Amino acid sequence: MTDVENSDVMIELEDLTKMYPGQPVPAVDHVNMRIPRGEIVVLVGPSGCGKTTTMKMVNRLIEPTSGRIVLDGEDVTKVNANQLRRRIGYVIQQIGLFPHQTIKQNIATVPKVLGWDKDRIDHRVDELLRTVGMDPEEFRDRYPKELSGGQRQRVGVARAMSVDPDVMLMDEPFGAIDPITRERLQNEFLRVQAEIRKTIIFVTHDIDEAIKMGDRIAILQEQSHIAQFAPPEEILTAPANDFVADFIGSGASLKRLNLTRIRDIQLHADAPVVDVNDDITTARQRLRDSDWTALLVVDAERRPQRWLRPTDLKRPSADLHQGGLPVDATVEPQATLADALNEMIISNAGCVVVTDGRGAYQGVADIDTIMASIRAMRAQVDEYYRAAKLLDIEGEVAV
Amino acid sequence: MAVDLVDDVALKDEAATQVSPRHRTQGLSPARKVWRYVAMPLFLTIVLVGFYLYISGQELDTIEARQLTRPIIQGRLTEHIYVSAISTFFVVLLAVPLGIFATRPSLQRFTPGIIGLGNFGQAIPSLGMLTIINLFALTVTWLPSTGTVPAVLALVAYSTLPILRNTMVGLRQVDPNLLEAGRGMGLSNFQVLRKIEMPLAVPVVLAGVRTALVINIGTAALVFLYGAGGLGTLIFQGFQLRREPILLTGAVLTATLALLVDYLAGLVEEWLTPRGI
Repeated sequence: MTDVENSDVMIELEDLTKMYPGQPVPAVDHVNMRIPRGEIVVLVGPSGCGKTTTMKMVNRLIEPTSGRIVLDGEDVTKVNANQLRRRIGYVIQQIGLFPHQTIKQNIATVPKVLGWDKDRIDHRVDELLRTVGMDPEEFRDRYPKELSGGQRQRVGVARAMSVDPDVMLMDEPFGAIDPITRERLQNEFLRVQAEIRKTIIFVTHDIDEAIKMGDRIAILQEQSHIAQFAPPEEILTAPANDFVADFIGSGASLKRLNLTRIRDIQLHADAPVVDVNDDITTARQRLRDSDWTALLVVDAERRPQRWLRPTDLKRPSADLHQGGLPVDATVEPQATLADALNEMIISNAGCVVVTDGRGAYQGVADIDTIMASIRAMRAQVDEYYRAAKLLDIEGEVAV
Repeated sequence: MAVDLVDDVALKDEAATQVSPRHRTQGLSPARKVWRYVAMPLFLTIVLVGFYLYISGQELDTIEARQLTRPIIQGRLTEHIYVSAISTFFVVLLAVPLGIFATRPSLQRFTPGIIGLGNFGQAIPSLGMLTIINLFALTVTWLPSTGTVPAVLALVAYSTLPILRNTMVGLRQVDPNLLEAGRGMGLSNFQVLRKIEMPLAVPVVLAGVRTALVINIGTAALVFLYGAGGLGTLIFQGFQLRREPILLTGAVLTATLALLVDYLAGLVEEWLTPRGI
């Protein structure tokens, strides 16, 4: 287990135990965990392992039978539970937006209870909607049923952040969303988290999600016994025991695609790009000068618009404003290689365009880029095993 | 390097925003929307006008003519509405809190008893209930045994169940995830009840109130037995004196009143149902 420096601990669980009456064994048995400030700690494990119970004891939706919860140095095991919960953001899988309230009223729930004035609430609601990438003008007065699943999830996150809590609990927050939207929301959430640096306890049963989202992962066995608590790299390269190895499953190296982010790899920066307002001869010239088979058109804000092939440019009526194929595969720098690969496979072009937070063009990644990265990873893993083997031999020699 | 462009655009956009109708009437054509509101009043008007013409065309004897005057009918109608309204008011005051009480997790042990009480009220025939209340009032000295007070008591006892049951059902059908979300963000139990449970239970509770109203208007036809008047007086007199026009007037007015009140309560229900559900 990787231990965490004392000074930096935001949440500390000490011998936390939940015993239900009439049950022979505790549901959660003496959990000890230190959660560093500003990190996402993922609790992952098979269903029934007590991960949700453990999480719900932190905001005391489930009262612990024994043990202590220390939040930012303060023992909160016995304080008023409602006041404690107002300091902790809470997102559940079913989101739980109140259907009879508008988006704004939903987000304003806790600020209202805390007696904020109207201007402050209005301002905060708009700010939060923008943070989660929704236009306040368009959405604040809508009702939850007028939103898509992904939009509801965003509002759920915004609502949990309404009073800017230092700590957030998320119980399978992306569990009920289709895979493609889920991936986008995960990336978006990581982007938001990079700015807000909340301390987050995140529960999931999906090891891939855990690897992607977690700064640290706690793999839990029955009764919430911690099998391993470590950063994802360590869990993948050095599983603590057979349970962890089984839980990660086969293809641990493939899973490492979830660890490497687009921003960490070498992109193709030499793609021929033209501004949509450039003239067509410039475009033809650029494409001819490159060894690419298509040309990327970007708008005035450098947001990718469409791919144009030589045939699209050859026509006398050719126009940079139309034709070609729309750019449908874009990823942001914090997307993982797995996301990029996924986009690549379902897109109409065999590559993905990388854009920054505002949507401006940064580069292009293709299958070769990703292969190169996989090769580097394999080399690392091989090295690790060689190192491990060497250690074993030395150990035997010593005996 | 090669950019392999394939001419099919994969569907990968987030599901388009679905905007479902805000109100039950939205989505209907304008003509049907108007019809929905106009049909019942129109029908009742036709019935009343038709009935008026029928009675006017009859030769009324002295007894009939004496009963079927405007002040008498108006008086009976007012008594009827008064007793029904008062008893509905009290039954709401009694049954809604009882329903809330019975659904609190900490008070679940009282639930069967409360439901049993409501069932008891409705299982007894209305006439029997009137008798029981009358006997009860006779033994309790401070309670008048005739007039409006025992009448209202009987109606309240008789119509508690629909409101009680609907309040409980309405509160129980609220998605438990919403309650967890509310509690998880630090709302107190009372705030969860007031801000989440009650607004979401309103449509079902109101449906119960509507049923109770209609039951009360029907049962109020019997409160003449207490000397509390009402349209039942006309029915009973017409029956005893074998004067059909009087009996019919009482019966038609009671039925029309019940239908009209049901219609109006429906409008209120629609108006009070929170948007978004």
